[in-house]
Amino acid sequence: MSIFLHRGSTVVVQGMTGSEGTKHTARMLAAGTRVVAGVNPRKAGTTQTFSLGTGAVEVPVLGTVAEAVSATGADVSVVFVPPAFAKGAIIEAIDAGVPLVVVITEGVPVADTLECFARAAEAGVRLVGPNCPGVITPGESNVGIIPAAITGPGPVGLVSKSGTLTYQMMFELRDLGFTTCVGIGGDPIVGTTHTDALAAFEADPATELVVMIGEIGGDAEERAARFIETSVTKPVVAYVAGFTAPEGKTMGHAGAIVSGSSGTAQAKKEALEAAGVTVGRTPSETAALARALLAG
Amino acid sequence: MDLFEHQARDLFAEHGVPVLAGVVATTAAQARAAAERLLGAGSPLVVAKAQVKTGGRGKAGGVRLARSAEEAEQAAGQILGMDIKGHTVRRVLVAAGADVAAEHYVSLLLDRAERRCLAMCSVEGGMDIERLAVERPEALVKVPVDPRVGIDEAKAVQIVAAAGFDAETGAKIVPVLMRLWEVYRDEDATLVEVNPLVTTTDGAILALDGKVTLDDNAAFRHPGREALADTDAADPREARAKAQGLSYVRLSGEVGIIGNGAGLVMSTLDVVAAAGERHGGVSPANFFDIGGGASAEVMAAGLEIVLGDPRVVCGFVNVFGGITACDEVAHGIVAALGVLGDQATKPLVVRLDGNAVDEGRRILREAALPMVTLAETMDGGAEQAAALAGAARGLTGAARTLSGAAGEGA
Repeated sequence: MSIFLHRGSTVVVQGMTGSEGTKHTARMLAAGTRVVAGVNPRKAGTTQTFSLGTGAVEVPVLGTVAEAVSATGADVSVVFVPPAFAKGAIIEAIDAGVPLVVVITEGVPVADTLECFARAAEAGVRLVGPNCPGVITPGESNVGIIPAAITGPGPVGLVSKSGTLTYQMMFELRDLGFTTCVGIGGDPIVGTTHTDALAAFEADPATELVVMIGEIGGDAEERAARFIETSVTKPVVAYVAGFTAPEGKTMGHAGAIVSGSSGTAQAKKEALEAAGVTVGRTPSETAALARALLAG
Repeated sequence: MDLFEHQARDLFAEHGVPVLAGVVATTAAQARAAAERLLGAGSPLVVAKAQVKTGGRGKAGGVRLARSAEEAEQAAGQILGMDIKGHTVRRVLVAAGADVAAEHYVSLLLDRAERRCLAMCSVEGGMDIERLAVERPEALVKVPVDPRVGIDEAKAVQIVAAAGFDAETGAKIVPVLMRLWEVYRDEDATLVEVNPLVTTTDGAILALDGKVTLDDNAAFRHPGREALADTDAADPREARAKAQGLSYVRLSGEVGIIGNGAGLVMSTLDVVAAAGERHGGVSPANFFDIGGGASAEVMAAGLEIVLGDPRVVCGFVNVFGGITACDEVAHGIVAALGVLGDQATKPLVVRLDGNAVDEGRRILREAALPMVTLAETMDGGAEQAAALAGAARGLTGAARTLSGAAGEGA
């Protein structure tokens, strides 16, 4: 089992013909993802060929997401288009009735994300990102840019604001494996929150433990802590980055900023601990804590 | 990007938000000329206000009233160059004075948790709003705003009614709220704050002070916006990193940090700071995220920026190979130190893990770079880097003590 993404998921890539889209579509295909179409109005009707170790794969390029959905039944879209076109691409996917839209693009204006989120919420569409590494259900499907070779299937669920810390946690617990890893992204507004992923992991019978990675900015971790207290029965181990971040400075991610006294790592750690979550001091210690909890 | 008050004021004026006449001065003489003009135009007095992107300037003496051009010149002379919470004052806004009858508060901001916009409003303004929110939360109303609808007349009426304005004042504030929403929406702001919004003795509404934060991600649809950036205050290393699309933040310590991925670099700072407590209180000198694809060129530029910082005594490169392979990163470090040549005099601790780590470590071992130490783990690497920095600091301290003793002896 898994959350959001599974073996049968069929994926349309918006921005497949661009350089990032092409590179990562090849990786997704190599990881076993069922990429069924790419979208580019100027190249509609053509096919794009991806050379994998096992041979060449041809993926059709269609003019719109709606065409891709009607031709292939795609139920996931992954967005690689540049920031200026991201809003249009996301809304196109929502309007085409795609139930899961994963936005990798970094640098989407926050007003655009707000509008996309409002429309997605109304349409019952799950938006992941923007500015995220994507979602992987190891051994089944990989949508986005998470390296699939790090680890395989297992009992751990992972939700993280940070891409590299996602990869590192997957690496540290590679002998255990994961049900699904969800990179929710580091923007101030994201479509899927820690809480959304925790709710899904709680409902997923295969997930035995959840590792949650947060960072400074906003109060998503505090909200997740309240949710864990009331609604999560599975063990949760957390890590929060940014204890030493100065106030008022954006630390790489657009959403990673301590404003006045709000959004500090200390407040997040305290809220999580008060909810009974074990919080590691370093990524490695967090992995060790997860390992110990799972063994115990 | 946070704007200066005078930049916020200009945006307000462009969108029809009522503001007072004002002129920016960078010298006392300019302030004098500005005051002459404003006083000549009928203003009974002028205010000289320090332009700094931090609060508390009034308490720090950064706001002064003047009744003549001479007084304005003197006030500006006192304010310019002043340090307010670490910000050097380089500009003064000389503005016409207003006869204030009442001070109110209004802001429009991004509600990250609810994923929509929020209007906050209070009949009482002028003070520290965070304190008001804590001490008398009932005095500060928070009204959700659908970003797709914004603040239309009905929403504005709802906000002023919720805040408890009397009918007359409320009716005058409604159009101001609608104009402020236009600033928020059309300028791609994430914060528009007016504190205070005032009612003057003759019943007019004025935005007396403003704070605006613009969304950097939206810069592509606002040509010319880069002119608003405060190049005076920008750290030169931050500027160089930014020019290459990389993210650098200056911190106060002595361990130079380079990593890939914002979360991993923040985490590295924390781990180094914790290790630093065991080594005489050393701490990170910077945040520097060189992104996922650390090519030789990017690594070279990164090492040059970080190790070239005179405050830095040693560096810590912390890379997890996710998309990037560690062998590429290792080649990058070897090439970078080759490019730097004799400039590479500071010790460098390198932690590589993840994709192709064995190959990456082998490349670094075989290159046998004298300044490079390989760390097995992130925690271990942080410890080694902090120990190196602590030792260097200890040596400096010892050298001072020694030279001091020698001085006494002579």
